[in-house]
Amino acid sequence: MKTPNITKQRIEKYLDEGKRFDGRKLDEFRDLVIETGVSKNAEGSARVKLGKTDVIVGVKMDVSKPYSDSQDKGTMMVNTELLPLSSPRFENGPPKFPAIELARVIDRGIRECKFIDFEKLCIKKGEKVWTVFIDIYSINDDGNLLDAAGIGAVAALKDAKIPKYDEENEQVLFGELTDKNLPVKEEFPISITFHKVGENIIVDPTREEEDVSEARVTIGSSKGIISSMQKGDLKALDIEEFNKILDMLEKTWNNIFKKIEKLVK
Amino acid sequence: MTKEFTRQSGRKPDEIRPISAKVGIIPNADGSAMFQSGKTIAIAAVYGPKEHHPRNQRNPARGTLRCTYNMMSFSVTDRIRPGPNRRSTEISKIIEWALEPIVMLDKYPGLVVDVHIQMTQADAGTRCAGINAAAMALAHAGIPMKDLVSSIAAGKLDKTIVLDLDKYEDSEFEEGEGSTDIPITFTSDGKLTHIQVDGHITTEQLKQAMKMAREASKKIYEVQKQALKDSLGGGK
Repeated sequence: MKTPNITKQRIEKYLDEGKRFDGRKLDEFRDLVIETGVSKNAEGSARVKLGKTDVIVGVKMDVSKPYSDSQDKGTMMVNTELLPLSSPRFENGPPKFPAIELARVIDRGIRECKFIDFEKLCIKKGEKVWTVFIDIYSINDDGNLLDAAGIGAVAALKDAKIPKYDEENEQVLFGELTDKNLPVKEEFPISITFHKVGENIIVDPTREEEDVSEARVTIGSSKGIISSMQKGDLKALDIEEFNKILDMLEKTWNNIFKKIEKLVK
Repeated sequence: MTKEFTRQSGRKPDEIRPISAKVGIIPNADGSAMFQSGKTIAIAAVYGPKEHHPRNQRNPARGTLRCTYNMMSFSVTDRIRPGPNRRSTEISKIIEWALEPIVMLDKYPGLVVDVHIQMTQADAGTRCAGINAAAMALAHAGIPMKDLVSSIAAGKLDKTIVLDLDKYEDSEFEEGEGSTDIPITFTSDGKLTHIQVDGHITTEQLKQAMKMAREASKKIYEVQKQALKDSLGGGK
């Protein structure tokens, strides 16, 4: 089930020649499909396909008490389920590290660039604020769930409407949405994960490529401003490699941004 | 004297919601399918037959069918906390029982066939949609089967026998005798592999409900069969 060593060698040899099994360039994403409003009971939802990788993201909202250190701000929670439905590698049971990391990286990607205006999600200071739940489900894992989920989260948030709130009885009227959009910025963050495979840096790996990747860096950024980053996996990167990633970021970001912009209104 | 009963949705008593089905939606899975009934959408994936872990649950005499049913947190208006709960645990088992009679598990002693069912959007009738999707996914996976199963809820609203309750009818309808939900699963030759009743109903009424459900199950069977045929590529 794991990608065998012989495939690893072949992938690396191809990359040295600037080639990939599916004919893509090293800094090229697979075909991207975004569909919003896929789950009608959610406040917002999106389904994102990157090649054969497929995720569904839903946004739900509820009212709760604010955190004591930010009394006038709404809150956000990101949760990921790597469903056994989506891959023979995932098992039922409590979330394991990959699901937890994925949720946390996406959380920071959205939070740190202040994509959601949390101050507008305050109902009554110190008492009642909106909580935004972003729930991510994998449908088919063919690598790079992380970036697909990040795009899905942004698309679902842009699709989201705030539910009606009955102030007199202090309760949310679930199932009834206002026509008010969730307050999000026009500019949206995109998380792009760079993988080191052999001596090369690639983006949007397939399952096989991700298996043989020895180090990765996820960068959440918006229009040249980086707001979150995380390096993962065991291998060290030297400074040249890291600089190469930063140099690749702008072009890759612009390409994928154009695609997303076209697909999400 | 008896006024014709009208449903909020405008459907006739024996009218089911529009249904559609698609096979082969999850490339990683050995078999997969989607079944939609009105606003209820179920997706199912089959993995296996494969080695059965944990070992102590292995059945050396025949294969094991293992179903997991789950609703996505945002599939309903009030968010559900992600992860299994008592309801989903019970429905998972009900679905196993509904499917097991048609699957030839004796071909796979010691192995397990996993069936994963997710509701991406829910408007009542989720277990029926889940069973319909799962049956197609099993067939798509090439698991030897004696038959397909088709599932539909019959029901009773006040005194009228109806088919296929939606969310409003299932949980908010309170006129007269209220609402009774009767999910039923049939093989294509009309054997019963699953039935539940929630509400109150006389034996005569139940017989009538069964008859109506049986007729509807034939329509569902045709849609499932067509989706499976389409997955083979038709003209290919």
